[in-house]
Amino acid sequence: MYDLIVFLPLFGFLIAGLFGRWIGAHGAEYVTTGFLAVSFVLSWIAFFQVAEGAGAHIPVANWFTSGKLAVDWALRIDTLTAVMLVVVTTVSFLVHAYSVGYMAEDPSRPRFFAYLSLFTFSMLMLVTADNLVQLFFGWEGVGLMSYLLIGFWYERPSANAAAIKAFVVNRVGDFGFALGIFLTYQLTGSVAFDQVFAAAPALAGKTVHFIGFDWDAVTLACLLLFMGAMGKSAQFLLHTWLPDAMEGPTPVSALIHAATMVTAGVFMVARLSPLFEMSPTALSVVLIVGATTAFFAATVGLVQNDIKRVIAYSTCSQLGYMFVGLGVGGYSLGMFHLFTHAFFKALLFLGAGSVITAMHHEQDMRRMGGLRTEIPFTFWMMVIGSLSLTGVGIPFTSIGFAGYVSKDPIIEAAFASHRFGASYAFWCVDIAAAFTAFYSWRLLFMTFFGRRGEWAAWLPAETHEDHAHGHDDHGHGDHPAHESPPVMLIPLAGLALGATFAGIAFHDWFIGHGVPEFWRSSLFLGQENHILEEMEHVPALVSLSPTLMMLGGLLIAIYMYVVDKKAPERLADMFPALYRFLLNKWYFDELYDAIFVRPAFAIGRLFWKGGDGAIIDGFGPDGVSARVLDITRSAVRLQSGYVYQYAFAMLLGVAALATWYLFGGGF
Amino acid sequence: MDLSAYLILAAIVFTIGVAGIILNHKNIIIILMSVELILLSANINLVAFSTYAGDLTGQAFALFVLTVAAAEAAIGLAILVAYFRNRGSIAVEDINSLKG
Repeated sequence: MYDLIVFLPLFGFLIAGLFGRWIGAHGAEYVTTGFLAVSFVLSWIAFFQVAEGAGAHIPVANWFTSGKLAVDWALRIDTLTAVMLVVVTTVSFLVHAYSVGYMAEDPSRPRFFAYLSLFTFSMLMLVTADNLVQLFFGWEGVGLMSYLLIGFWYERPSANAAAIKAFVVNRVGDFGFALGIFLTYQLTGSVAFDQVFAAAPALAGKTVHFIGFDWDAVTLACLLLFMGAMGKSAQFLLHTWLPDAMEGPTPVSALIHAATMVTAGVFMVARLSPLFEMSPTALSVVLIVGATTAFFAATVGLVQNDIKRVIAYSTCSQLGYMFVGLGVGGYSLGMFHLFTHAFFKALLFLGAGSVITAMHHEQDMRRMGGLRTEIPFTFWMMVIGSLSLTGVGIPFTSIGFAGYVSKDPIIEAAFASHRFGASYAFWCVDIAAAFTAFYSWRLLFMTFFGRRGEWAAWLPAETHEDHAHGHDDHGHGDHPAHESPPVMLIPLAGLALGATFAGIAFHDWFIGHGVPEFWRSSLFLGQENHILEEMEHVPALVSLSPTLMMLGGLLIAIYMYVVDKKAPERLADMFPALYRFLLNKWYFDELYDAIFVRPAFAIGRLFWKGGDGAIIDGFGPDGVSARVLDITRSAVRLQSGYVYQYAFAMLLGVAALATWYLFGGGF
Repeated sequence: MDLSAYLILAAIVFTIGVAGIILNHKNIIIILMSVELILLSANINLVAFSTYAGDLTGQAFALFVLTVAAAEAAIGLAILVAYFRNRGSIAVEDINSLKG
């Protein structure tokens, strides 16, 4: 059964990818979606079986053996894997189905569905990994598919640039990840999880010498591995690729850049909890990075105008929450938020895709407005997603939308934790909760309320002219919006179900009283780690604060975008520097451009023009050929073409020979 | 008559022939004539040595050389005529197709 779950998407990919030309676009859609449907059903069966105590370790094959290093293909099925299986196959299946509608007009659908299926396979390979190398295989596989899918519309230069950016930024993280694997192998002599975790307690207090310092061995390994997680999960400093990744088709954003791939970092830290649990320093780093990301991304989300970018920054921010959950030691908190986030964020993305389709591929919210009456179903789906994202629920209970049930405990745990940086993290995530509410409702108000084109005055002047020009060509936005076909709406409904009830339904298992029986040994908690109990005993005001923050954000959004529609402009005029700072995403792209990209280009040009061109080619091939040409040029000058000169030369030669014969000693 | 007188005459004729080839920049017929001179200088040597050594072989050989020279002159002139028809000039200065 587990084999089927993992390998069906691979078969789907092979059939759609290799034979897509013969079976046609519809064939590719049915095959891949059908296989995913089977995978999806089996995953839920597996999930409930594992929750009741099943588990498995299925060896597939020996991958390679080199000296002491033996790496096997194996499927490790425990609770952590089962949770991820459910998340991946559910979202992937719904996204496959949704894409049938969304991509209906695209000429290269077989390729698209093949990519989606191969992505799903890579992701399943990642979550079922039994050792670090197999994890790395899946890790790189999803990275590759992310690259291919961001650049799916390869005729667009911006999509290619975004794909390359995503790939290169991920390389930075993966460099650290690879070093972390090497160090782990060096310390424990194995890459298999079981052996690594068994050897982990013996590593306490060990140090390694690295770049001039003595480091605590486990801390260094964890930090290096976390660097990989930062890249893949778009954490602060390595986040710049995620918003650009929105160049890909919207279903891809929902599947890869919201629900599954970007959560791989969270999964990895949770999977390696026995290692991280031994290093409070590493967990503090996780905590602080996560909190900073949550806060930073939320501030940027406040002012973005592209509907997908708002949700992308929201994803970035929510990933920060997950890392805060992991950082305080509540691995199940992070995993629970991952689980619920997959539903409501995929719902928001697919809803945004539905809006974009309805608006004839318009993504700028300033050109929207008033869509509530035209596409009511999508509107309500987006409302459910936003309610879940902003964390609407009844305080002091576990009843509420999924996002409430998983996010509020993270905020409480951040308050309850005594770890270094925990109070910083608490304030970051608490304030970010208000920002989350603000940008979510701002998105809804700008898109669905008011009148069409009400916000068009905020468009920059030249864009506006372009747009006016566009009116003649395409008539953007002038047509009435129309609701998407059922094949797109039913997946939305499925995700909405998850976004509403996933929290209440699974609260006890994930973070409530059922934790020991549910997670068993898949998550490791140290002796002193009682965060799940401590977070129950925080002051009432702290428990209430996320809800208050959420309401605050909601009220401000209502005031600025419904009551007094001039307020956003006034606010931007009041703090022009801050507004530009946020609008330009804290100038990270410009900063990296100046620090890394341009010097890299300069060094490259130096080596190209100076090193390769002037020195190697100059003294090598080019120099030699130039000298040869010089010599031949003088030889050519000898060939005058006049017969008498040749005759003279012959005569001289004969005379010289005769002279040598007579006077040179002869033979 | 002393042998060396004949050899000196042959050397003079040979030198005139070579000089005609090398110094002449005008007409290609002069080159042909110079070649004839060089051949004749060789013939003088052959005949002179033949008489001196009392061996008739050299004189027979000289006759062969004369025959070959006649044939060569005929072929050379024929080539010249054909060349003139093609290029409209037989000035030595104009004949430099071998120029690199």
